[in-house]
Parts: sequence; C-alpha cells; structure tokens
Amino acid sequence: MTEPVAPPESIAVPPAFVSVENASLYYGADSDVLALQDTSFSIARGEFVAVVGPSGCGKSTLLKLISGLSLPTAGRVIVDGQEVRKPLKNIGMAFQNPALLPWRTTIDNLLLPLQVVRPHRHEFGRKRRQYVDHARALLAKVGLEGVDDRFPWQLSGGMQQRVSLCRSLIHDPQILLLDEPFGALDAFTREELWDTLQALWEEQKFTVLLVTHDLTEAVYLADKVLVMSRRPGRVTYSAKIDLPRPRNEDTRFTPAFVEHVRDLRRHIGHARSTP
Amino acid sequence: MKIRRALFIASPWITTLSFFLLWEAGCRLFNVPSFVLPAPSAALEALIQYWPGIWVNALQTFLTTLVGFVIAVVFGVALGVAVGASAVLYRALNPLLIGFNSIPKVAVVPILVLWFGIGTVPAIITAFLVAFFPISVNVATGIATMEPELEDVMRSLGASRLDILYRVGLPRSLPYFFASLKIAITLAFVGAVISETVASNQGIGYLMLSASSTFRVPLVFAALLVIAAMGICMYAVAAWFERRHTKWTIRSTEHSRFAVGG
Repeated sequence: MTEPVAPPESIAVPPAFVSVENASLYYGADSDVLALQDTSFSIARGEFVAVVGPSGCGKSTLLKLISGLSLPTAGRVIVDGQEVRKPLKNIGMAFQNPALLPWRTTIDNLLLPLQVVRPHRHEFGRKRRQYVDHARALLAKVGLEGVDDRFPWQLSGGMQQRVSLCRSLIHDPQILLLDEPFGALDAFTREELWDTLQALWEEQKFTVLLVTHDLTEAVYLADKVLVMSRRPGRVTYSAKIDLPRPRNEDTRFTPAFVEHVRDLRRHIGHARSTP
Repeated sequence: MKIRRALFIASPWITTLSFFLLWEAGCRLFNVPSFVLPAPSAALEALIQYWPGIWVNALQTFLTTLVGFVIAVVFGVALGVAVGASAVLYRALNPLLIGFNSIPKVAVVPILVLWFGIGTVPAIITAFLVAFFPISVNVATGIATMEPELEDVMRSLGASRLDILYRVGLPRSLPYFFASLKIAITLAFVGAVISETVASNQGIGYLMLSASSTFRVPLVFAALLVIAAMGICMYAVAAWFERRHTKWTIRSTEHSRFAVGG
C-alpha cells in the first residue's frame, strides 16, 4: 500500500503531516525480534489519532519510530515532508509514569522543556518571567492552581499526570505522543483528564498520536482509530470517528459511540486470533 | 505514650551506656587483669593521663583522613559520572573496579611504603583508596538508574547527552552521592588508621601499636575509644550534610536512599 503522491483536491483527504510507509522494525540483541511489520498509515496536521491493540503488539514502538528515537529497519517515516533519520527535536511526550523530576517544583518541572528545546533554551535567562506566566496559564487550563511550588510527591497521581501533560505541551511541540498516559489512573480521574486533553486539543489543534488499550478512550478522543495486530504488529484496521465535537459524557452513551466501540472490539478480537 | 517517645529518643544513649556499664561490671566481677581487658574506667583514666599525646596523634589522623577523603570525593565523583553516563565505560571498567575493590588495602600499605616511605603519604593514599569506591558506585547508580521515559522525553526535545546528564543525571545522583559520603568518611578513617598501624610514626594508629608493644593496654583501649568517637562524629557531620542538601528525597519514596559499602 502506497500513499498517493498528490492527494486528490478534496477537503476529505488532508495532506499527511506524519506518514509511516511500509515500516518494519526488528529489535533485540541480535535484531531478531520483529516488533513491527510492514506498517503504513498517516496523520494529518492537527489530527487526533489513537492506536489500540492487544498488549505487546508494538504500539509503543510506533511512537519511538515517529519521534525518531528508533529508526525503521525497512520502510520509512516522514514528518512534515522530511524523512526521519535521527531523533526529532521538538516532540511532546507523556507516559503512564508521569516521570516528573522529584527535585523540581511543579513550575520548574514545566519549565524543563523550555530549558532544552531550541530556540527557547537560548532565551531562557531573558524570558524566564514570560515562560513562568505561560506555564501558569497552562496549569490553570488543566485545573491546577496553587500548586506551583509543590513538589511531585505532594501531588496526587491525577495531578502529577496533569503536570506531565502540561510539560509535554509547554514548548508547542510539532507532535504530541502519548503512551497510555491515563492507564494508571482511577476511572473518574481518567474521564476528567479525557476532557482536559480534549479541551486543550480543541483550542490548540496539535497533532496527536495516543497509544491506549482503552477502546472507549480511543473513540472518545480520536478522529481516527488504528487497530494493531499481535506481534509482529501491523495496522489491520482503521476507523474514522466522525462523532461531533466537543464530545461529552453523554456522547459515550449514544448508539453511534457504542457502535464504534463494538466495531473496534470486533477487529481487536480478529487481531488477537490471527497469528 | 509520652514515656515511649522519651525512650525512643534516649535509646541510643541508653544502649551505649548499658554497654559500658556491662563491660565495667564484667571486668570487676571476674577480676579480669587490665593487661587482658581493662575496664572502661581504666581506659578513661589512661585517656586523661595521656591526653596531650593522644590529642596530637588524633589530630594527625583526622587531617590525614580528611585529605584522603577529599581526594576520594573528587576522584570518586569523576569516575562515577563517567561510568554512570557511559554504558561502554561501565562495561569496560567493571571487572577492574571490582577486582581492585576486592584487594584488602592493608596488603597495599607495604607497597605504598616502598614507594613513598613511612609516614603520612601512605596513610592518605590508603584512606583515598578505600573511600573512593562507594562514592563512585553510588554516583554511577544514581545516573544509570534514570527512568527510560525521562530519557525519551529529553531526547525528543533535542537534548544532548550532556544536557541529559546536567538536567537529570547529576541532580538525580545527588542523594546517592550524599548517602555514600557517610560510608566513605568512615572508610577513609579506617584506612588511615590501618596504614598508621602498619607503617607510620605518628597518628592514633601508631599510638595504639606502640602502646600495645609496651603492654600499656589501657592506653590501647583509650585510643580505641577515641577512634570510635571520631568515627561517630565524622559520620554525624556527613549525615547532617546529607539531610541539608537533599531535602526532596525525604518524602520521595521511589528514590529510596541507600548506599553500597566498599
């Protein structure tokens, strides 16, 4: 399967911002484990794409490929017209483990990307005040106020994950890569964070790839859901989620929503049974 | 509840005092001759009697320990950072370091004497040799056990290896480093005393040796008491330093503080 070189002139097929073309990846000491096989898909600029699949199917590998932290053994990954040959330098990442720096306060944790990413790192000294204001504004948007000077261990798991999400967005990343960021949270906190993420995305329309094993989460948040098969992973199904936005709690109980989830569930089952 | 709390606070004093009281009682009860095991009161008497000599030698040992310790910190941190930041160096140096650490340092003292003569220099080097290892191991552990997620976050921001080391690795290894100082300072002290015992003409180790060769056993024990007291003091200073500089670890449970002895 190849991407059309010039997409037809319709609004329905926006040009690909990220495009993974026939990518395979081996890993392990002797590069003999096939993690990802002949995978192709694309993400448009500002699109929210979710990847679901059985555990150990190489979902996280996809994130590493797109960020350039791993390079494909075969095929290629193209981001913004450029083939990815080394780690990209302006990516936002968040994981199930918030991975905050325990010696830094909330604000200082948020400032970390600005101390590293170009061009901000060179302006950090001069613009610190401005950056701090920016960080405060972002914290307010995710409902975190008055915790600026607290340390990670003084925050609940949900709050830490909000900080982690803010840290992945503060530097206005090219792409946001989320690896089961809500996986370790309780159901209520998780649903709250879905709405937080949705609101941020509605406002800034960044490009997102969300890896999850929660079908409800995928359908609720994404424009497009990819289903991956068991190892060696490959994208076996792609579903367009055309539910109106903004979505809310009621959306999750509409027949269309339930039908999407059921449809995905069927394809996951299929993905699980094929060797 | 109040009594329990008071007991808890006083417990180190109670055990230490009981230890000396038992010792004293045992010596008196069984009439142990003082050239075999002098009672603590006899050792204390010797301590007062010989204080001018003990004081000078204790100071000598203390300075020797301090110099050896400072060199160990500088070298140990440098080695720990290098080994912790580079998987290749870690693998390459590991057998050499473990082998080196397995050598009893007393066995090295005669060689040092051969090279540098009898005196302060071998004692400083011995103190350094025993003390750098736990510092290196701890600093390296702190850097190498960085969460892989954090490394991914940093690399996908365009961070260089040096950036990652500076922003994450080094701050992260600080609690490990301070924990290792407590061990390193006591080890340096032991190293200095051992070297003085084997080959020196000054220091508390030498004092002990010369006292025992003239059968002034109470003086030997007085010196031992001084050594123990100095060890406790140095440990306390290092522990205080640790608490002061790494407040953030006290509640952060994922990064439990531990140190590896050498």
